[in-house]
Amino acid sequence: MSDHSSSYEPSNGFTRWLDERLPIMRLMHGQFIDFPTPRNLNYLWTFGAILTFCLMVQIITGIILAMHYVPHGMHAWSSVEHIMRDVNWGDLIRYTHAVGASMFFLAAYIHMFRGLYYGSYKSPREILWILGVMIILCMIMTAFMGYSLVWGQMSFWAVTVITNLFTAIPVVGESITQWIWGGYSVGDPTLNRLLSLHYLFPFIIAALVGLHIWALHVVGSNNPVGVEAKTPKDSVSFFPFYVIKDGFAVIVFALLFAWFVFYAPNYLGHSDNFNEANPLQTPPHIVPEWYFLPFYAILRAIPDKLLGVIAMVAAICVLFVIPWLDTSKVRSTSYRPLYKPFFWLFVITCLALGYLGAKAPEGYYLLASQLFTAYYFIHFLVVMPLIGMIETPKQLPDSIAEDVLEDTSEAEKA
Amino acid sequence: MNLSFTAPFKTSKLSIAVLVVSSLFVSPLVFAAGGGDAPEIKRQEWSFSGFFGRYDKAQLQRGFGVYNEVCSSCHGLKLLSYRNLAEKGGPEFSKEQALAIAKEATVIDGVDDEGEPLERPGKLSDRFVPPFKNEAAARSVNNGAYPPDLSVMAKARTFHRHVPWYTEPYYWLYDITTGYEEKGVDYLYALLMGYKTAPRGVVLNDGMSYNTVFPGHQIAMAAPLSEDAVEYADGTPTTLDQHARDVSAFLAWTAEPHLNARKDMGKRVLLYLVILALLLYLAKRSVWSRVKH
Repeated sequence: MSDHSSSYEPSNGFTRWLDERLPIMRLMHGQFIDFPTPRNLNYLWTFGAILTFCLMVQIITGIILAMHYVPHGMHAWSSVEHIMRDVNWGDLIRYTHAVGASMFFLAAYIHMFRGLYYGSYKSPREILWILGVMIILCMIMTAFMGYSLVWGQMSFWAVTVITNLFTAIPVVGESITQWIWGGYSVGDPTLNRLLSLHYLFPFIIAALVGLHIWALHVVGSNNPVGVEAKTPKDSVSFFPFYVIKDGFAVIVFALLFAWFVFYAPNYLGHSDNFNEANPLQTPPHIVPEWYFLPFYAILRAIPDKLLGVIAMVAAICVLFVIPWLDTSKVRSTSYRPLYKPFFWLFVITCLALGYLGAKAPEGYYLLASQLFTAYYFIHFLVVMPLIGMIETPKQLPDSIAEDVLEDTSEAEKA
Repeated sequence: MNLSFTAPFKTSKLSIAVLVVSSLFVSPLVFAAGGGDAPEIKRQEWSFSGFFGRYDKAQLQRGFGVYNEVCSSCHGLKLLSYRNLAEKGGPEFSKEQALAIAKEATVIDGVDDEGEPLERPGKLSDRFVPPFKNEAAARSVNNGAYPPDLSVMAKARTFHRHVPWYTEPYYWLYDITTGYEEKGVDYLYALLMGYKTAPRGVVLNDGMSYNTVFPGHQIAMAAPLSEDAVEYADGTPTTLDQHARDVSAFLAWTAEPHLNARKDMGKRVLLYLVILALLLYLAKRSVWSRVKH
């Protein structure tokens, strides 16, 4: 894919001069204009563009917020209110950043479920998938650190709860936790390093996104059928076909985004974060933002602190190895009748864990979290390897063109 | 032939969609189920709620009156400046009125030649002067309780509906599509209206009042409002309900001072995005009509 020749023709003296010294225009032309892309991609494939949009929104709004934010325990919370009140359009910049985090995760989760359904992690896309898991890991850390900067009650206690998890590490846990805090409790030094890292991580994410796109352009996009594009008939050029489709999808996504920013900016947040951080008063319920709830449910489902932490980390890290856990040669779940219901059971499991993460871990709620946590891991560790071995998949079409054009005579004509 | 077969299917799909969407706008009281010991807090009608919501200037002015004459003796508004009272999208007092309000406050600013703190009347640029010097001073005259600052109180409180778990996704959708951002305001209103005589068998601690809405039902603040507590210049009836509504609306504004401007811009942004989406969709269709897919 990446070795396809770029049809770039420098059009004037300057671009010819540039092309001989730094063929960046040639590279961009080859990768984002000519780039052959499967002709049968559905709208689930637009989330790559949507996520790029989200990252850009977060970085731009974040840089502006950092111009006005004060990383000090006494001033952080009021400096956020200062942004909301006294900075020109500061409320919109901050709401866009806060809602933007939610939108970023919404898009990332859809992107991941799409990858899971269509087997986009399978050979030759393992590195592409692993880079994606690294991105979501960085996103989780960035979002967590960003939320803490508000320095409201929920921010402060979320930092306290999560950093305290490190004390579960045997022998050195206590020392590591104090090293992270920069003191004997969450305080000013903690807040300052959270800001420093929160500002750094998006650029690490941007670099990983660069690698992610590079890896994608080496092997090419997967597609709903899961059969590799072989002939030119299977593909269309990225421009104009996918530029216009991605552009349309980004704007539709922006509509949802704008609805939240302008008409429900605090809906996805928590009211307790409008109370300034108070180390002496624990809130009645400490709940993370919605996008962390499934992991929070897994953490609390296990009564042992250390095992709970291990399970929570494993819930994400298991994704690194699924290219090798899934034994099926067929990529698309549409052609896997036996696996399909298990896939949807997994989706329900994730949604249920999200619901349960917001509830007190007691009674039926606890029992349900434990059952769903069990299935979360069973799905990857048992269902994925086993079904691939025993399943008889449906007959795959020979090519994307054959599938799209339905009969081969038409495929030959096209 | 083919068409006549598919048409009824499509309409039925459409009508289901219409039913689902329209049911979102039907009052969700159908599902309201009694639960536990906390009473149901009801969603109120506010001039500033929803897509077309805007603050009612007159209501905010009345609400400021209630705050100024009743609440401000114990509760501060430390995030607000006096100038905010004259700004667009708020109570919109005149500059002179706002200055008169500011001048009633005494601000400690700088020191004299002997190093003693200097006092002067407030200016428009001053933050609201808090009612107590510090927390200890506040607690000493309030039976040990600390009256919280009210600047963002309307966003710092919320309530949970007591509904069966399987109806919760319905409420999420309902709240999002109707832009329900006033849970905290509804809580404040319910709290101010929630003072009742304690039911038989409930023993109140010294100095505490019974409130149906407050968690634990024992609240250190005595019922602050009553009928005719504050005079209204605009002739609005001075009922307890009206006082509670007006001051809750005022606190909604102090918590979200730029709501009017935000919602105005939102309409323009959404309109722009809808038109752009439409154009892009047409362009996309035209581009893709060149190939079968």
